[in-house]
Amino acid sequence: MAEWEPVVGLEIHVQLKTRTKMFCRCANAYATEPNTQTCPVCLAFPGALPTPNETAIEWTLKLGLALGCEIAPRALFHRKHYPYPDLPKGYQISQYDEPLCVNGSFVVPGDDGDFEVGIVRAHLEEDAAKTIHVGGATGRIVGAAHSNIDFNRGGTPLVEIVTRPDIHSAEQARRFLQLLRQTIVELGISDAEMEKGQLRADANVSVREQGEAGYRTRTELKNMNSFSHIARGIDAEVRRQVATWEVGGEVVQQTLDYEVKSDTVTPRRRKEEADDYRYFPEPDLVPVEPAAEVIERLRADLPELPGTRIRVLAADVGFDHAVDLVTTGNEHKARLLVEHGLDWPTAANVAMNQLAAIDPLPENGPALVAIIEQRDAITREALTASFADSAVGPLDADAVLAHHVVADTSELEPLVDRVLADSPGQVAAFRGGKQGLLGYFVGQVMKETQGKADPKVVNELLRTKLG
Amino acid sequence: MAITRDDVLHVAALARLELTEDEISRLEVQLNDILEAVGKVSELDLSDVPPTSHPLDVVNAFRPDESRPSLPLDDVFANAPQRDGDHFRVPPTGETAA
Ligand SMILES: [Zn+2]
Repeated sequence: MAEWEPVVGLEIHVQLKTRTKMFCRCANAYATEPNTQTCPVCLAFPGALPTPNETAIEWTLKLGLALGCEIAPRALFHRKHYPYPDLPKGYQISQYDEPLCVNGSFVVPGDDGDFEVGIVRAHLEEDAAKTIHVGGATGRIVGAAHSNIDFNRGGTPLVEIVTRPDIHSAEQARRFLQLLRQTIVELGISDAEMEKGQLRADANVSVREQGEAGYRTRTELKNMNSFSHIARGIDAEVRRQVATWEVGGEVVQQTLDYEVKSDTVTPRRRKEEADDYRYFPEPDLVPVEPAAEVIERLRADLPELPGTRIRVLAADVGFDHAVDLVTTGNEHKARLLVEHGLDWPTAANVAMNQLAAIDPLPENGPALVAIIEQRDAITREALTASFADSAVGPLDADAVLAHHVVADTSELEPLVDRVLADSPGQVAAFRGGKQGLLGYFVGQVMKETQGKADPKVVNELLRTKLG
Repeated sequence: MAITRDDVLHVAALARLELTEDEISRLEVQLNDILEAVGKVSELDLSDVPPTSHPLDVVNAFRPDESRPSLPLDDVFANAPQRDGDHFRVPPTGETAA
């Protein structure tokens, strides 16, 4: 049987979090009361003219630079025509053959070696309005009685990133998107939350036999709103295509939806003519020629990118932890602890577990490290409370460390004896084979000591006495 | 390149226009006249001239990212054929642009 290689390119849309929309001064706040963020420009009243948001243009350039793109000396906006009511002008202002950013390369670190994904282009366009399908027996689109439009999202700035077909597995797609998302978040240009639609990704999928030159017919996979759905969708489509080729069939070019429940893809029906976009240069907008000093300023302001930091961190905490730290936003917590003397593996562990939902104040660094280093000698309650408190005010390490755990056997032994004497039934059951009752005895001793007993010592004592 | 009856029907379908037989033949003639007039340009040697995307010799016309109040809802819906609460009501659509 032939070895098949998936060939995947991604198309990613990112909503920029500028204060205003792309071509008008309405607030970019689409999650408000319907149609309250609208004006003659974004409702396409006759005669209204667009004016580009300078910040949106700069942010697109900034993203382009982070993706290793060349910045075009001259870029144009084009009209892309669609016949849907969520585009009131009858076209979307987008970019066509002269986008702002081209020819980039994004390196994704991996424990089995880095892989590089070429970036064809990153361009700026306006988002469509939101359509709500109303009524209909099944609630499905085809059964809708009518549709309602909310234009708050209409005309908000959207960056489209198109990759080369350099991705060769669902897992690579997931890792690429995870790193891209973190990069976007750190650039401060979007919150890029997939569940809120701030980052959307479609996949162009084809397969070929290992070593085969050129590409076979590809399909476009849509309707995936999380990293794991994208990975599963690609897997499902690769399976379908391989099965098709292997029985001598032919993959046809089409757009597919991934259905999570059935883990399958289904073709999307659309009129052929819908793909006739009739692009032409937007006559209401003049060309964009990014100034050299603007590009240099943006380049100089780029932060150290997450991909670079993952590679450095991997040496200290291992690759998987490095990825987790960087892409969950827990990295700065680990850095705070390391800065005050904690070793990397412990710092990474605490940052991703006990401190996962807690953002400690930087000034609490030394106290936290002192407490973490003594964590086996203090009670669990005191330890947990100190992590929570570290986010709200100054932390007193000495006070926390005073909550000694009781590990002294001479102090704990009488307590253990009393607990066992008080529960003859449970003791008999334990000896009869109900090993799970050990937890009950430990709990009783912890209760007697108000949680101060060292659970490890209590366990040992109980096992000796019950054995 | 002449405009055919099929071209007229295709463009009309894209624009969601319903045309009568009379309109189809009239538009076929008119569109061909327009193409012919514009076609005059190709009689010139323009190999050194970059395509014009805009008549003004201006680039980088931007505005700052500062918001202004949006329209009151009564103005928003003043010309709407159908309103459903605070939404524009339209015929059911199976597809959206994004
Ligand atoms: Zn507006």
